[in-house]
Amino acid sequence: MQALYAQLLVGLINGSFYALLSLGLAVIFGMLNIINFAHGALYMMGAFVAYFLLNLGGINYWWALLIAPIVVGVFGMILERTMLQWLAGLDHLYGLLLTFGIALIVQGVFQNYFGSSGLPYSIPDQLKGGVNLGFMFLPVYRGWVVIFSLVVCLATWFLIEKTQLGAYLRAATENPTLVRAFGINVPRMITLTYGLGVGLAALAGVLSAPINQVRPLMGADLIIVVFAVVVIGGMGSIMGSIITGFALGVIEGLTKYFYPEASNTVVFVLMVVVLLVKPTGLTGRAA
Amino acid sequence: MAEAQLAEKPVAATGAEVLTVKDLQAWYGESHILHGINFNVKAGEVVTLLGRNGAGKTTTLKSIMGVINKRAGSIRFDNKEIIRATSDKIARMGIAFCPEERGIFSSLDVKENLLLPPVVRPGGLPLDQIFTLFPNLKERLTSQGTKLSGGEQQMLAIARILRTGARFLMLDEPTEGLAPVIIQQIGHTIARLKSQGFTILLVEQNFRFASTVADRYYIVEHGKVIDGFANSELSANMDKLHTYLGV
Repeated sequence: MQALYAQLLVGLINGSFYALLSLGLAVIFGMLNIINFAHGALYMMGAFVAYFLLNLGGINYWWALLIAPIVVGVFGMILERTMLQWLAGLDHLYGLLLTFGIALIVQGVFQNYFGSSGLPYSIPDQLKGGVNLGFMFLPVYRGWVVIFSLVVCLATWFLIEKTQLGAYLRAATENPTLVRAFGINVPRMITLTYGLGVGLAALAGVLSAPINQVRPLMGADLIIVVFAVVVIGGMGSIMGSIITGFALGVIEGLTKYFYPEASNTVVFVLMVVVLLVKPTGLTGRAA
Repeated sequence: MAEAQLAEKPVAATGAEVLTVKDLQAWYGESHILHGINFNVKAGEVVTLLGRNGAGKTTTLKSIMGVINKRAGSIRFDNKEIIRATSDKIARMGIAFCPEERGIFSSLDVKENLLLPPVVRPGGLPLDQIFTLFPNLKERLTSQGTKLSGGEQQMLAIARILRTGARFLMLDEPTEGLAPVIIQQIGHTIARLKSQGFTILLVEQNFRFASTVADRYYIVEHGKVIDGFANSELSANMDKLHTYLGV
Protein backbone atom coordinates (compact mmCIF):
# COMPACT_ATOMS: atom_id res chain seq x y z
CA MET A 1 0.00 0.00 0.00
CA GLN A 2 2.89 2.33 0.83
CA ALA A 3 4.05 2.03 -2.77
CA LEU A 4 0.61 2.87 -4.08
CA TYR A 5 0.43 6.07 -2.05
CA ALA A 6 3.94 6.99 -3.11
CA GLN A 7 2.97 6.60 -6.78
CA LEU A 8 -0.19 8.59 -6.20
CA LEU A 9 1.90 11.41 -4.78
CA VAL A 10 4.26 11.30 -7.76
CA GLY A 11 1.18 11.38 -9.94
CA LEU A 12 -0.17 14.44 -8.16
CA ILE A 13 3.20 16.20 -8.51
CA ASN A 14 3.35 15.49 -12.22
CA GLY A 15 -0.29 16.45 -12.45
CA SER A 16 0.55 19.84 -10.91
CA PHE A 17 3.05 20.53 -13.66
CA TYR A 18 0.67 19.25 -16.34
CA ALA A 19 -2.08 21.50 -14.97
CA LEU A 20 0.08 24.65 -14.77
CA LEU A 21 1.48 24.09 -18.25
CA SER A 22 -1.75 23.07 -19.99
CA LEU A 23 -3.55 25.97 -18.32
CA GLY A 24 -1.04 28.40 -19.86
CA LEU A 25 -1.37 26.69 -23.23
CA ALA A 26 -5.17 26.95 -23.05
CA VAL A 27 -5.09 30.66 -22.18
CA ILE A 28 -2.61 31.39 -24.98
CA PHE A 29 -4.53 29.32 -27.50
CA GLY A 30 -7.76 31.08 -26.63
CA MET A 31 -6.42 34.59 -27.13
CA LEU A 32 -3.67 34.20 -29.72
CA ASN A 33 -4.91 31.13 -31.56
CA ILE A 34 -1.37 29.84 -31.32
CA ILE A 35 -0.30 26.38 -30.23
CA ASN A 36 2.67 27.44 -28.16
CA PHE A 37 5.35 24.83 -28.75
CA ALA A 38 7.88 27.05 -26.99
CA HIS A 39 6.07 26.35 -23.71
CA GLY A 40 8.48 23.61 -22.61
CA ALA A 41 11.51 25.76 -23.33
CA LEU A 42 10.02 28.62 -21.33
CA TYR A 43 9.29 26.23 -18.45
CA MET A 44 12.97 25.26 -18.57
CA MET A 45 13.98 28.93 -18.60
CA GLY A 46 11.96 29.44 -15.41
CA ALA A 47 14.02 26.76 -13.68
CA PHE A 48 17.26 28.26 -15.01
CA VAL A 49 16.33 31.75 -13.86
CA ALA A 50 15.81 30.32 -10.36
CA TYR A 51 19.21 28.60 -10.62
CA PHE A 52 20.97 31.79 -11.75
CA LEU A 53 19.27 33.87 -9.07
CA LEU A 54 20.49 31.50 -6.37
CA ASN A 55 23.99 30.84 -7.65
CA LEU A 56 24.89 34.22 -9.13
CA GLY A 57 22.83 36.58 -7.01
CA GLY A 58 22.28 34.64 -3.81
CA ILE A 59 18.56 35.24 -4.23
CA ASN A 60 16.54 32.48 -2.64
CA TYR A 61 13.73 30.20 -3.80
CA TRP A 62 10.91 32.37 -2.50
CA TRP A 63 12.02 35.38 -4.51
CA ALA A 64 12.60 33.10 -7.49
CA LEU A 65 8.92 32.08 -7.38
CA LEU A 66 8.11 35.74 -8.01
CA ILE A 67 11.02 36.90 -10.18
CA ALA A 68 11.38 33.96 -12.59
CA PRO A 69 7.79 34.17 -13.94
CA ILE A 70 8.23 37.93 -14.42
CA VAL A 71 11.58 37.61 -16.22
CA VAL A 72 10.38 34.79 -18.47
CA GLY A 73 7.00 36.51 -18.91
CA VAL A 74 8.77 39.64 -20.19
CA PHE A 75 10.90 37.49 -22.51
CA GLY A 76 7.65 35.92 -23.79
CA MET A 77 6.06 39.33 -24.33
CA ILE A 78 9.08 40.39 -26.40
CA LEU A 79 8.66 37.24 -28.51
CA GLU A 80 4.98 38.08 -28.96
CA ARG A 81 5.62 41.71 -29.96
CA THR A 82 8.50 40.97 -32.32
CA MET A 83 7.33 37.71 -33.91
CA LEU A 84 4.08 36.05 -32.90
CA GLN A 85 1.87 39.10 -33.49
CA TRP A 86 2.57 38.95 -37.23
CA LEU A 87 0.97 35.51 -37.40
CA ALA A 88 -2.48 36.73 -36.36
CA GLY A 89 -5.07 35.47 -38.79
CA LEU A 90 -2.83 32.84 -40.35
CA ASP A 91 -3.24 29.07 -40.08
CA HIS A 92 -2.33 27.38 -36.76
CA LEU A 93 0.55 25.68 -38.52
CA TYR A 94 2.57 28.90 -38.79
CA GLY A 95 2.41 29.58 -35.06
CA LEU A 96 3.23 25.98 -34.30
CA LEU A 97 6.29 26.02 -36.57
CA LEU A 98 7.53 29.38 -35.31
CA THR A 99 7.21 28.47 -31.63
CA PHE A 100 8.74 25.06 -32.29
CA GLY A 101 11.71 26.83 -33.88
CA ILE A 102 11.98 29.19 -30.91
CA ALA A 103 11.95 26.19 -28.56
CA LEU A 104 14.78 24.51 -30.48
CA ILE A 105 16.88 27.69 -30.47
CA VAL A 106 16.37 28.37 -26.75
CA GLN A 107 17.09 24.77 -25.81
CA GLY A 108 20.10 24.67 -28.13
CA VAL A 109 21.61 27.77 -26.54
CA PHE A 110 21.18 26.37 -23.04
CA GLN A 111 22.55 22.99 -24.07
CA ASN A 112 25.59 24.69 -25.58
CA TYR A 113 26.45 26.29 -22.25
CA PHE A 114 25.19 23.75 -19.74
CA GLY A 115 25.32 20.39 -21.52
CA SER A 116 22.56 17.88 -21.00
CA SER A 117 23.10 16.81 -17.43
CA GLY A 118 21.19 18.27 -14.54
CA LEU A 119 22.28 21.12 -12.27
CA PRO A 120 21.32 20.72 -8.63
CA TYR A 121 18.89 23.07 -6.96
CA SER A 122 18.29 22.34 -3.33
CA ILE A 123 14.99 22.40 -1.52
CA PRO A 124 14.63 25.59 0.55
CA ASP A 125 15.25 25.06 4.27
CA GLN A 126 11.68 25.82 5.27
CA LEU A 127 10.36 22.99 3.10
CA LYS A 128 12.91 20.30 3.94
CA GLY A 129 12.01 17.11 5.74
CA GLY A 130 8.77 15.25 5.77
CA VAL A 131 5.67 14.36 7.71
CA ASN A 132 4.54 10.89 8.67
CA LEU A 133 0.85 10.77 7.81
CA GLY A 134 0.44 7.31 9.31
CA PHE A 135 -0.33 5.61 6.01
CA MET A 136 2.62 7.19 4.22
CA PHE A 137 5.63 9.50 4.54
CA LEU A 138 5.00 12.87 2.84
CA PRO A 139 8.04 14.98 1.92
CA VAL A 140 7.04 18.56 2.77
CA TYR A 141 8.32 20.01 -0.49
CA ARG A 142 6.16 17.69 -2.57
CA GLY A 143 3.08 18.52 -0.56
CA TRP A 144 3.88 22.20 -1.04
CA VAL A 145 4.16 21.83 -4.84
CA VAL A 146 0.76 20.16 -5.10
CA ILE A 147 -1.03 22.67 -2.88
CA PHE A 148 0.68 25.76 -4.30
CA SER A 149 0.01 24.65 -7.89
CA LEU A 150 -3.62 24.04 -7.07
CA VAL A 151 -3.94 27.51 -5.54
CA VAL A 152 -2.28 29.15 -8.56
CA CYS A 153 -4.51 27.22 -10.96
CA LEU A 154 -7.66 28.18 -9.08
CA ALA A 155 -6.54 31.81 -8.84
CA THR A 156 -6.01 31.86 -12.61
CA TRP A 157 -9.43 30.31 -13.12
CA PHE A 158 -10.97 32.96 -10.86
CA LEU A 159 -9.17 35.75 -12.73
CA ILE A 160 -10.46 34.57 -16.08
CA GLU A 161 -13.98 33.43 -15.18
CA LYS A 162 -15.00 35.84 -12.44
CA THR A 163 -13.36 39.25 -12.91
CA GLN A 164 -13.89 42.17 -15.28
CA LEU A 165 -10.42 41.66 -16.74
CA GLY A 166 -11.34 38.03 -17.36
CA ALA A 167 -14.55 39.14 -19.06
CA TYR A 168 -12.47 41.27 -21.47
CA LEU A 169 -10.29 38.26 -22.09
CA ARG A 170 -13.17 35.88 -22.75
CA ALA A 171 -14.94 38.42 -24.95
CA ALA A 172 -11.76 39.13 -26.92
CA THR A 173 -11.29 35.39 -27.43
CA GLU A 174 -14.70 35.34 -29.13
CA ASN A 175 -14.62 38.60 -31.07
CA PRO A 176 -11.46 40.71 -30.73
CA THR A 177 -12.60 43.25 -33.33
CA LEU A 178 -15.74 44.18 -31.43
CA VAL A 179 -13.98 44.30 -28.05
CA ARG A 180 -11.46 46.68 -29.54
CA ALA A 181 -14.29 48.80 -30.95
CA PHE A 182 -15.53 49.20 -27.36
CA GLY A 183 -12.30 50.99 -26.52
CA ILE A 184 -10.12 48.19 -25.19
CA ASN A 185 -6.54 47.95 -26.38
CA VAL A 186 -6.76 44.35 -27.55
CA PRO A 187 -3.22 44.02 -28.95
CA ARG A 188 -1.80 45.01 -25.55
CA MET A 189 -4.13 42.54 -23.87
CA ILE A 190 -2.90 39.78 -26.19
CA THR A 191 0.69 40.55 -25.28
CA LEU A 192 -0.11 40.45 -21.55
CA THR A 193 -2.02 37.19 -21.99
CA TYR A 194 0.99 35.58 -23.62
CA GLY A 195 3.09 36.89 -20.75
CA LEU A 196 0.65 35.36 -18.25
CA GLY A 197 0.62 31.94 -19.93
CA VAL A 198 4.40 31.92 -20.23
CA GLY A 199 4.77 33.12 -16.63
CA LEU A 200 2.73 30.11 -15.46
CA ALA A 201 5.15 27.84 -17.33
CA ALA A 202 8.13 29.56 -15.70
CA LEU A 203 6.50 29.18 -12.29
CA ALA A 204 6.12 25.45 -12.91
CA GLY A 205 9.81 25.42 -13.85
CA VAL A 206 10.82 26.97 -10.53
CA LEU A 207 8.61 24.51 -8.62
CA SER A 208 10.17 21.57 -10.42
CA ALA A 209 13.81 22.68 -10.00
CA PRO A 210 14.33 21.06 -6.55
CA ILE A 211 12.56 17.86 -7.62
CA ASN A 212 13.80 17.20 -11.15
CA GLN A 213 17.04 19.23 -11.25
CA VAL A 214 17.65 21.97 -13.78
CA ARG A 215 18.28 20.63 -17.29
CA PRO A 216 18.15 22.27 -20.74
CA LEU A 217 15.90 19.50 -22.05
CA MET A 218 13.61 19.24 -19.02
CA GLY A 219 10.85 21.02 -20.90
CA ALA A 220 11.26 19.10 -24.13
CA ASP A 221 10.59 15.84 -22.28
CA LEU A 222 7.58 17.19 -20.44
CA ILE A 223 5.88 19.19 -23.17
CA ILE A 224 5.00 16.15 -25.30
CA VAL A 225 2.96 14.71 -22.44
CA VAL A 226 1.44 18.13 -21.75
CA PHE A 227 0.24 18.38 -25.35
CA ALA A 228 -1.40 14.98 -24.95
CA VAL A 229 -3.06 16.34 -21.78
CA VAL A 230 -4.30 19.36 -23.69
CA VAL A 231 -5.68 17.20 -26.50
CA ILE A 232 -7.51 15.02 -23.97
CA GLY A 233 -8.88 17.94 -21.99
CA GLY A 234 -9.77 20.10 -24.96
CA MET A 235 -8.34 23.51 -25.74
CA GLY A 236 -11.27 25.71 -24.89
CA SER A 237 -11.80 25.29 -21.18
CA ILE A 238 -9.80 26.69 -18.27
CA MET A 239 -11.24 24.43 -15.58
CA GLY A 240 -11.08 21.53 -18.01
CA SER A 241 -7.33 21.88 -18.46
CA ILE A 242 -6.75 22.11 -14.70
CA ILE A 243 -8.81 19.02 -13.90
CA THR A 244 -7.42 17.04 -16.82
CA GLY A 245 -3.87 17.95 -15.80
CA PHE A 246 -4.23 16.66 -12.25
CA ALA A 247 -6.34 13.66 -13.28
CA LEU A 248 -3.88 12.44 -15.87
CA GLY A 249 -0.99 12.79 -13.43
CA VAL A 250 -2.88 10.56 -11.02
CA ILE A 251 -3.80 8.06 -13.74
CA GLU A 252 -0.13 7.88 -14.71
CA GLY A 253 0.81 7.28 -11.06
CA LEU A 254 -1.78 4.52 -10.69
CA THR A 255 -0.54 2.89 -13.88
CA LYS A 256 2.99 2.92 -12.46
CA TYR A 257 1.71 0.90 -9.54
CA PHE A 258 -0.62 -1.53 -11.27
CA TYR A 259 1.09 -1.98 -14.63
CA PRO A 260 4.43 -0.14 -14.71
CA GLU A 261 5.18 -1.17 -18.31
CA ALA A 262 2.38 1.09 -19.58
CA SER A 263 3.11 4.12 -17.37
CA ASN A 264 4.88 6.07 -20.11
CA THR A 265 2.25 5.37 -22.72
CA VAL A 266 -1.03 5.46 -20.82
CA VAL A 267 -1.55 9.18 -21.49
CA PHE A 268 -1.04 8.69 -25.22
CA VAL A 269 -3.37 5.70 -25.30
CA LEU A 270 -6.01 7.85 -23.61
CA MET A 271 -5.32 10.60 -26.13
CA VAL A 272 -5.96 8.23 -29.04
CA VAL A 273 -9.19 7.01 -27.44
CA VAL A 274 -10.41 10.55 -26.80
CA LEU A 275 -9.52 11.66 -30.32
CA LEU A 276 -11.50 8.76 -31.73
CA VAL A 277 -14.55 9.28 -29.52
CA LYS A 278 -14.63 13.06 -29.01
CA PRO A 279 -12.13 14.89 -31.23
CA THR A 280 -12.63 18.26 -29.50
CA GLY A 281 -11.44 16.82 -26.18
CA LEU A 282 -13.41 16.07 -23.03
CA THR A 283 -14.29 19.70 -22.23
CA GLY A 284 -13.33 21.43 -25.46
CA ARG A 285 -15.40 23.45 -27.86
CA ALA A 286 -15.26 22.95 -31.58
CA ALA A 287 -12.36 24.89 -33.03
CA MET B 1 -39.33 58.13 -11.32
CA ALA B 2 -36.51 57.29 -13.66
CA GLU B 3 -38.94 57.74 -16.55
CA ALA B 4 -39.64 61.27 -15.47
CA GLN B 5 -35.93 61.97 -15.31
CA LEU B 6 -35.53 60.66 -18.82
CA ALA B 7 -38.20 62.92 -20.20
CA GLU B 8 -36.95 65.97 -18.35
CA LYS B 9 -33.95 66.87 -20.41
CA PRO B 10 -34.98 67.57 -23.99
CA VAL B 11 -31.95 68.66 -25.93
CA ALA B 12 -32.59 70.02 -29.40
CA ALA B 13 -30.15 69.60 -32.25
CA THR B 14 -27.57 72.32 -31.78
CA GLY B 15 -26.68 72.41 -35.42
CA ALA B 16 -22.94 71.92 -34.95
CA GLU B 17 -21.53 69.14 -37.10
CA VAL B 18 -20.17 66.33 -34.92
CA LEU B 19 -19.34 63.99 -37.75
CA THR B 20 -18.15 65.02 -41.21
CA VAL B 21 -17.31 62.31 -43.72
CA LYS B 22 -15.57 63.39 -46.92
CA ASP B 23 -14.64 61.24 -49.88
CA LEU B 24 -14.47 58.11 -47.72
CA GLN B 25 -13.08 55.09 -49.53
CA ALA B 26 -12.74 51.63 -48.04
CA TRP B 27 -11.57 48.21 -49.12
CA TYR B 28 -12.12 44.63 -47.93
CA GLY B 29 -8.84 43.07 -48.93
CA GLU B 30 -8.61 43.83 -52.65
CA SER B 31 -12.25 44.67 -53.23
CA HIS B 32 -13.03 48.35 -53.28
CA ILE B 33 -16.33 48.83 -51.39
CA LEU B 34 -16.71 52.55 -50.71
CA HIS B 35 -16.00 54.93 -53.59
CA GLY B 36 -16.28 58.33 -51.98
CA ILE B 37 -18.90 58.68 -49.24
CA ASN B 38 -19.86 62.25 -48.26
CA PHE B 39 -22.27 63.17 -45.48
CA ASN B 40 -22.47 64.82 -42.10
CA VAL B 41 -24.30 64.43 -38.80
CA LYS B 42 -25.15 67.33 -36.50
CA ALA B 43 -25.30 67.18 -32.74
CA GLY B 44 -28.59 65.76 -31.45
CA GLU B 45 -29.77 64.45 -34.82
CA VAL B 46 -30.92 61.03 -35.88
CA VAL B 47 -29.53 60.45 -39.36
CA THR B 48 -30.38 57.34 -41.34
CA LEU B 49 -28.41 55.75 -44.14
CA LEU B 50 -30.78 54.02 -46.56
CA GLY B 51 -29.90 51.80 -49.47
CA ARG B 52 -30.11 48.33 -50.90
CA ASN B 53 -28.24 45.30 -49.61
CA GLY B 54 -24.56 45.57 -50.37
CA ALA B 55 -24.66 49.31 -51.08
CA GLY B 56 -21.98 50.02 -48.45
CA LYS B 57 -24.00 51.22 -45.44
CA THR B 58 -22.52 48.79 -42.93
CA THR B 59 -19.06 49.32 -44.38
CA THR B 60 -19.52 53.06 -43.82
CA LEU B 61 -20.29 52.51 -40.13
CA LYS B 62 -17.39 50.09 -39.76
CA SER B 63 -15.04 52.55 -41.44
CA ILE B 64 -16.09 55.30 -39.04
CA MET B 65 -15.52 52.88 -36.13
CA GLY B 66 -12.08 52.05 -37.50
CA VAL B 67 -12.61 48.30 -37.76
CA ILE B 68 -11.90 48.35 -41.51
CA ASN B 69 -8.18 48.64 -41.89
CA LYS B 70 -7.87 49.90 -45.42
CA ARG B 71 -9.64 53.22 -45.69
CA ALA B 72 -8.93 56.67 -47.17
CA GLY B 73 -10.48 60.12 -47.31
CA SER B 74 -11.49 62.10 -44.27
CA ILE B 75 -13.62 61.36 -41.21
CA ARG B 76 -13.79 64.23 -38.73
CA PHE B 77 -15.40 63.64 -35.35
CA ASP B 78 -15.60 66.49 -32.82
CA ASN B 79 -13.25 68.43 -35.12
CA LYS B 80 -10.58 65.77 -35.00
CA GLU B 81 -9.44 63.69 -37.95
CA ILE B 82 -9.94 59.98 -37.15
CA ILE B 83 -9.32 58.31 -40.51
CA ARG B 84 -6.04 56.87 -39.25
CA ALA B 85 -7.04 56.17 -35.64
CA THR B 86 -7.42 52.60 -34.33
CA SER B 87 -10.88 51.50 -33.24
CA ASP B 88 -10.07 51.50 -29.50
CA LYS B 89 -8.97 55.16 -29.76
CA ILE B 90 -12.10 56.04 -31.74
CA ALA B 91 -14.29 54.40 -29.09
CA ARG B 92 -12.50 56.40 -26.40
CA MET B 93 -13.39 59.62 -28.24
CA GLY B 94 -17.06 58.87 -27.66
CA ILE B 95 -18.35 56.86 -30.60
CA ALA B 96 -20.21 53.64 -29.78
CA PHE B 97 -21.20 50.94 -32.24
CA CYS B 98 -24.00 48.39 -32.17
CA PRO B 99 -23.22 45.90 -34.94
CA GLU B 100 -25.79 44.29 -37.22
CA GLU B 101 -25.02 40.80 -35.88
CA ARG B 102 -25.42 42.28 -32.37
CA GLY B 103 -22.18 40.77 -31.09
CA ILE B 104 -23.47 39.27 -27.85
CA PHE B 105 -20.75 37.16 -26.26
CA SER B 106 -21.72 33.57 -25.50
CA SER B 107 -19.00 33.05 -22.90
CA LEU B 108 -20.34 36.00 -20.87
CA ASP B 109 -23.62 36.19 -19.00
CA VAL B 110 -26.05 39.06 -19.56
CA LYS B 111 -24.60 41.15 -16.75
CA GLU B 112 -21.04 40.68 -17.97
CA ASN B 113 -22.14 41.56 -21.50
CA LEU B 114 -23.85 44.67 -20.21
CA LEU B 115 -20.83 45.79 -18.18
CA LEU B 116 -18.25 44.85 -20.81
CA PRO B 117 -17.72 48.12 -22.71
CA PRO B 118 -15.58 50.36 -20.50
CA VAL B 119 -16.86 53.79 -19.51
CA VAL B 120 -15.03 56.20 -21.81
CA ARG B 121 -16.31 59.45 -20.33
CA PRO B 122 -18.76 60.62 -17.69
CA GLY B 123 -22.42 61.09 -18.55
CA GLY B 124 -23.46 57.56 -19.48
CA LEU B 125 -26.84 56.25 -18.42
CA PRO B 126 -26.84 54.67 -14.97
CA LEU B 127 -27.98 51.06 -14.76
CA ASP B 128 -31.39 51.86 -13.26
CA GLN B 129 -32.24 54.03 -16.26
CA ILE B 130 -31.08 51.29 -18.60
CA PHE B 131 -33.37 48.83 -16.81
CA THR B 132 -36.24 51.31 -17.15
CA LEU B 133 -35.68 51.32 -20.88
CA PHE B 134 -35.21 47.55 -21.09
CA PRO B 135 -36.99 45.87 -18.15
CA ASN B 136 -36.51 42.41 -19.69
CA LEU B 137 -32.75 42.58 -19.19
CA LYS B 138 -33.02 43.04 -15.46
CA GLU B 139 -34.74 39.69 -15.09
CA ARG B 140 -32.17 37.82 -17.17
CA LEU B 141 -28.90 39.12 -15.74
CA THR B 142 -27.47 35.68 -14.96
CA SER B 143 -28.48 34.03 -18.24
CA GLN B 144 -25.86 33.25 -20.83
CA GLY B 145 -25.79 36.15 -23.29
CA THR B 146 -26.71 34.15 -26.36
CA LYS B 147 -29.60 32.38 -24.61
CA LEU B 148 -31.67 35.55 -24.87
CA SER B 149 -34.28 35.93 -27.60
CA GLY B 150 -33.34 37.92 -30.69
CA GLY B 151 -35.18 40.97 -29.42
CA GLU B 152 -33.58 40.78 -25.98
CA GLN B 153 -30.15 40.39 -27.55
CA GLN B 154 -30.78 43.53 -29.59
CA MET B 155 -31.82 45.40 -26.45
CA LEU B 156 -28.69 44.16 -24.68
CA ALA B 157 -26.53 45.26 -27.61
CA ILE B 158 -28.01 48.76 -27.42
CA ALA B 159 -28.10 48.87 -23.61
CA ARG B 160 -24.43 48.12 -23.15
CA ILE B 161 -23.29 51.09 -25.23
CA LEU B 162 -25.51 53.52 -23.32
CA ARG B 163 -23.49 53.08 -20.13
CA THR B 164 -20.21 54.16 -21.64
CA GLY B 165 -20.75 57.89 -21.83
CA ALA B 166 -20.43 57.89 -25.62
CA ARG B 167 -22.89 60.44 -27.02
CA PHE B 168 -22.61 59.36 -30.65
CA LEU B 169 -24.27 56.02 -31.34
CA MET B 170 -24.12 54.02 -34.54
CA LEU B 171 -26.86 51.40 -34.82
CA ASP B 172 -26.66 48.93 -37.69
CA GLU B 173 -30.12 47.61 -38.59
CA PRO B 174 -31.42 47.36 -35.05
CA THR B 175 -34.85 46.09 -36.18
CA GLU B 176 -33.68 43.31 -38.47
CA GLY B 177 -35.61 40.11 -37.93
CA LEU B 178 -37.58 41.35 -34.93
CA ALA B 179 -41.28 41.21 -34.11
CA PRO B 180 -43.31 44.43 -34.65
CA VAL B 181 -43.89 44.96 -30.92
CA ILE B 182 -40.14 44.87 -30.26
CA ILE B 183 -39.43 47.13 -33.22
CA GLN B 184 -41.84 49.58 -31.64
CA GLN B 185 -39.98 49.38 -28.32
CA ILE B 186 -36.68 50.06 -30.06
CA GLY B 187 -38.30 53.02 -31.83
CA HIS B 188 -39.41 54.46 -28.48
CA THR B 189 -35.90 53.94 -27.13
CA ILE B 190 -34.30 55.82 -30.01
CA ALA B 191 -36.78 58.67 -29.58
CA ARG B 192 -35.95 58.89 -25.87
CA LEU B 193 -32.23 58.79 -26.48
CA LYS B 194 -32.65 61.59 -28.97
CA SER B 195 -34.58 63.65 -26.44
CA GLN B 196 -31.69 63.12 -24.04
CA GLY B 197 -29.29 64.63 -26.52
CA PHE B 198 -27.72 61.52 -28.00
CA THR B 199 -26.70 61.78 -31.65
CA ILE B 200 -27.58 58.68 -33.64
CA LEU B 201 -26.41 57.38 -36.99
CA LEU B 202 -28.76 54.62 -38.09
CA VAL B 203 -28.53 52.11 -40.88
CA GLU B 204 -31.90 50.69 -41.86
CA GLN B 205 -33.53 48.54 -44.52
CA ASN B 206 -36.87 49.04 -42.79
CA PHE B 207 -37.77 52.38 -44.26
CA ARG B 208 -41.11 52.58 -42.48
CA PHE B 209 -39.33 52.24 -39.13
CA ALA B 210 -36.68 54.79 -40.08
CA SER B 211 -39.32 57.36 -40.99
CA THR B 212 -40.64 57.27 -37.39
CA VAL B 213 -37.32 58.32 -35.85
CA ALA B 214 -35.06 59.99 -38.42
CA ASP B 215 -34.41 63.73 -38.92
CA ARG B 216 -32.55 63.26 -42.18
CA TYR B 217 -31.76 60.55 -44.72
CA TYR B 218 -28.89 59.78 -47.01
CA ILE B 219 -29.18 57.30 -49.85
CA VAL B 220 -26.19 55.03 -50.37
CA GLU B 221 -25.70 53.22 -53.66
CA HIS B 222 -22.66 51.41 -55.04
CA GLY B 223 -20.43 52.80 -52.31
CA LYS B 224 -21.48 56.44 -52.76
CA VAL B 225 -23.97 58.80 -51.19
CA ILE B 226 -26.21 59.73 -54.12
CA ASP B 227 -28.93 61.76 -52.43
CA GLY B 228 -30.06 63.19 -49.13
CA PHE B 229 -33.12 64.92 -47.70
CA ALA B 230 -34.81 65.88 -44.46
CA ASN B 231 -37.75 64.04 -42.94
CA SER B 232 -39.98 67.02 -43.78
CA GLU B 233 -39.19 66.53 -47.48
CA LEU B 234 -40.09 62.87 -47.28
CA SER B 235 -43.43 62.92 -49.07
CA ALA B 236 -42.00 65.00 -51.91
CA ASN B 237 -39.24 62.44 -52.35
CA MET B 238 -41.31 59.27 -52.11
CA ASP B 239 -41.17 58.44 -55.81
CA LYS B 240 -37.40 58.86 -55.97
CA LEU B 241 -37.05 56.79 -52.83
CA HIS B 242 -39.02 53.92 -54.33
CA THR B 243 -36.70 53.94 -57.30
CA TYR B 244 -33.58 53.98 -55.13
CA LEU B 245 -34.68 51.24 -52.82
CA GLY B 246 -36.58 49.24 -55.37
CA VAL B 247 -39.51 48.71 -53.05
